[in-house]
Amino acid sequence: MSQAATEIIRISGHAGTVPGAGIDREFQVCKLVDTTTCIGCKACEVACLEWNGYPFSETSFNNSYQTMPETAWNYWNLIKFNEHEREDGSMMLLMRKDQCMHCEDPGCLVACPADAAIVQYANGIVDFQEANCIGCGYCMTGCPFNIPKFSPAARKVFKCTLCNDRVSVGLEPACIKACPTGCLHFGTKAEMKELAQTRANQLREVSGFADAGVYDPPGVGGTHVIYVLHDAKNPELYGGLPRDPHIPFSVRLWKRPLKWLGNVAMVAGLFGLAWHYLRFGPKKIEEMPPDDDERRV
Amino acid sequence: MTTGAVSHSNTANQHEEIITRYTLGERVNHWIGALTYIYLLITGLAFWSPYLYWLSAIVGGGPAARFWHPWFGLIFAASLFWMFKDWHRDMQIDDRDRAWAKAIPYYIRNEDEKLPPVGRFNFGQKLYFWGTFYGLILLLLSGVGLWYTEALPWSLRYLRYAAILIHASVALITIGLFMIHVYMSVFLEEGSLGSMIHGTVSRAWAWTFHRTWYYQITGRSRPNPRSER
Repeated sequence: MSQAATEIIRISGHAGTVPGAGIDREFQVCKLVDTTTCIGCKACEVACLEWNGYPFSETSFNNSYQTMPETAWNYWNLIKFNEHEREDGSMMLLMRKDQCMHCEDPGCLVACPADAAIVQYANGIVDFQEANCIGCGYCMTGCPFNIPKFSPAARKVFKCTLCNDRVSVGLEPACIKACPTGCLHFGTKAEMKELAQTRANQLREVSGFADAGVYDPPGVGGTHVIYVLHDAKNPELYGGLPRDPHIPFSVRLWKRPLKWLGNVAMVAGLFGLAWHYLRFGPKKIEEMPPDDDERRV
Repeated sequence: MTTGAVSHSNTANQHEEIITRYTLGERVNHWIGALTYIYLLITGLAFWSPYLYWLSAIVGGGPAARFWHPWFGLIFAASLFWMFKDWHRDMQIDDRDRAWAKAIPYYIRNEDEKLPPVGRFNFGQKLYFWGTFYGLILLLLSGVGLWYTEALPWSLRYLRYAAILIHASVALITIGLFMIHVYMSVFLEEGSLGSMIHGTVSRAWAWTFHRTWYYQITGRSRPNPRSER
């Protein structure tokens, strides 16, 4: 993204073509999570905490491998462990690294009322600017993935940044760097889509997962975190991954027709009252007729 | 001094303000409600539209607005419940109000002499009172949900969705009512704002705008039988 500003297209007094001209630059980034090769080691969880400087916090244990029930304001990366019984009676442990999906059409950003508290970069990263966050929690209502989390101490909302600070200086996100199996990939959206499709084809054709596929939900315009799933027809099996996520209907209704209607009504009301005053003027106190006035109290 | 109390003065001019319309308690409570509502309006509008977000700056910035809005909401709620205690009897809507409502075009055109006589509050005031009171109940319920969004678990997220729509819609309705109320009491009806500040009105004021109430509190028979009660 930042390179676009310094990309040279014409050079004075220069013989020949501009160096680098004609190179196809793809700025949209993407994280690919291949759930089929994840071993649930949680190295990504640790790397996320380390890079972002959060200490490990208290958690609750519910007889599974899962670190905590859901992501937290200071725990942005959580592997969800789900035991799944297949049709032949065998057991499968489905493990999905849960984090912000970095939607192309982000519900958090649409719902947010605070100027510049949430920004979307041209590379696809959706980032919270906590300095501008007012802690209203509307983003928590707008998100279809249950990702933004409120910190009662800071009175602000936090979530995964896709390591915007690392990506902007050419590094891959911390979770990617820590992954020992290579189930996490980072690159351009086009590359990652292609890699994901290749892997899904392999799973379907070679590994016997007939329903394997890529999760890049179109309801939110696609996401900058995509999954390869063994069973793309049932994303709910992977710890509540929504089948067809959208920005909630009520948030859409609130931010579009209701806002438009309300603003028109309020302005029309003010004009209406001003018109009434100019047309009819004030209500004056009348003189009491003598028969009433005489009967003094 | 209770409302409607009349100073005994046989020489009182009809424009002398000798009738108590609102007690001190009613007035103090009214202004607590009014000021908290104005705070809620400023901060609420800041959250409502990016074009009005600057309003949060005049009350200490976005985070402060978000922090205090619910607390002011609670004070506003307490004020309205107190108002309910004081006024709900006088605010009951009856057949006379329905007759008045049918004649409301005369009221809008300031042809008040063509309207049926009214008691302590007219039908419009009653509508404002009940609209705001029931609006408050909905704002309170949805507002608690918005206050602690994180306490509504993901499995009950439809409550978050409902709260956000209810809070905004009902707030808009109360804003409409509030605009009419401020316009009428500050600009339109002579002596109305003063009655809520110093509590008293003149006999002519009461006779003009609340005739039935005037006859009630002065304890006299009505010269016109059609204005019965």
